[in-house]
Amino acid sequence: MNYGEPWWISLIKAAILVNLVMLAFAYTTWLERKLLGRMQNRYGPNRAGPFGLLQPIADLIKLIRKESFFPVAARDGIYILAPVISLFTALAAFAVIPFGAGWQISHYHVNGEMANVSIGLILIFALGSVGVYGAIVGGWASESKYSLLGSMRTCAQLVSYEVSLALSVLGVVMMGQSLNLPAIVHKQGATIWFFIPQLAGMLVFFFAVIAETARPPFDLPEADTELVAGYHTEYGGMRWGLFQTAEYINMITLSALAVTLFFAGWHGPYAPLGPLWFLLKVFILVSFFIWIRASVPRLRYDQLMRFGWKVLLPVATINAVITALLVVWI
Amino acid sequence: MSPQPLDTVKGFAVTFRQLFKKPITQQYPEYKRPLYPRFRGRHRLHRHENGLEKCVGCSLCAAACPADCIRVVAAENTPDNRVSAGERYARIYEINMSRCIFCGYCELACPFDAITLGNEFELSEYSRDDLVYTKDMLLAEPIKRVPIQDPAIYDTPIPYYKEHS
Repeated sequence: MNYGEPWWISLIKAAILVNLVMLAFAYTTWLERKLLGRMQNRYGPNRAGPFGLLQPIADLIKLIRKESFFPVAARDGIYILAPVISLFTALAAFAVIPFGAGWQISHYHVNGEMANVSIGLILIFALGSVGVYGAIVGGWASESKYSLLGSMRTCAQLVSYEVSLALSVLGVVMMGQSLNLPAIVHKQGATIWFFIPQLAGMLVFFFAVIAETARPPFDLPEADTELVAGYHTEYGGMRWGLFQTAEYINMITLSALAVTLFFAGWHGPYAPLGPLWFLLKVFILVSFFIWIRASVPRLRYDQLMRFGWKVLLPVATINAVITALLVVWI
Repeated sequence: MSPQPLDTVKGFAVTFRQLFKKPITQQYPEYKRPLYPRFRGRHRLHRHENGLEKCVGCSLCAAACPADCIRVVAAENTPDNRVSAGERYARIYEINMSRCIFCGYCELACPFDAITLGNEFELSEYSRDDLVYTKDMLLAEPIKRVPIQDPAIYDTPIPYYKEHS
């Protein structure tokens, strides 16, 4: 396969992809509010435009026009930098996700992913770990006890669940025999979708993703009833908006990663629709996360830690060991 | 994790079922739920059939008002300027709606049934000054009408709880 594509195609693709991800984020908030509303016998947003479809734009205008509030005690440089770090890492992680098999447009070959990195999977986890700095630094720089407690919780949770997250995909890496995401998808297209042999790994991955993106029932970092809002208590306006954007884009990215690793990316059961299959699978996963939010109450902090270290980690480890043995012997 | 894993799964079924039900939200400005007939809304002043005002400016309503939001200044009726049926009439009658708590004590205190609480509740204004209602405003028919339930259903002479239970 020819991996070389001219730099200007990459540039165009990057611009399109960033905007698509931002658009997907905007309408994920809409979908979340709509679905949550219907699951609670409410309408959800329905005033701005038909079916409330202009609601994300209205929210954006409102957030941008708000006063950019600033606590006196905050360390201003890093206080402003923290949401930027969060959003940057969230957006950058999407670069290695393959959404298609690649196309031949006139005599140029266009890859199905932004950057074909041979260790794409590790890159995503690395960017996720850097993204945690956004939460830590943001909470610490705000000089508020709620923010600091929130960011402490956030670090503890993200660091503990990152272990299970990385361990749960070991099985997939061994079966795909690569850390390159397009290669893993090709392997699944040639053999079997990995969620069937890697069911345990997939379940652990799901739980870890929910915790990693701080979605209910693992939304301890911003537990509204205990902490005011967690690490972004002292943030307002679009700075707060950047944190929210990062959170939702993380959810979309990790859903896309789950689709890539366990549900064969752009492959479908029939009809080679390519990116449409990918989009459909991501949509189903995101809806599933919203459904979980509507159905399960928040865990207590000790339950969260116990679940992470005493259930997910052993299951992920055993799964990885068994997969390794099977891969070697069969 | 959870002591009842099956019940957690049942919870998913419950939320999923709600997706296909019609939301119970009433879309307010488009749909106005009919009020109960005894709903206490904006005040109204009344006239006799011959056009004379019922209010005689006795200030009993102002005395009964716990929020102290009624101001009455009375004046004598004269043969060439007869406003009310009694000896005196209310030259100034003002209710400050931003203070009123809609308790209905003014209605109870009035010896001539001159003031009653109507059904209008959409009283928002852009300025506090506009919330001081003068006598002319209170005497006039309200501009915005509000749907009211059929009084025969709810407005019984004997209260419901006295006949039942």
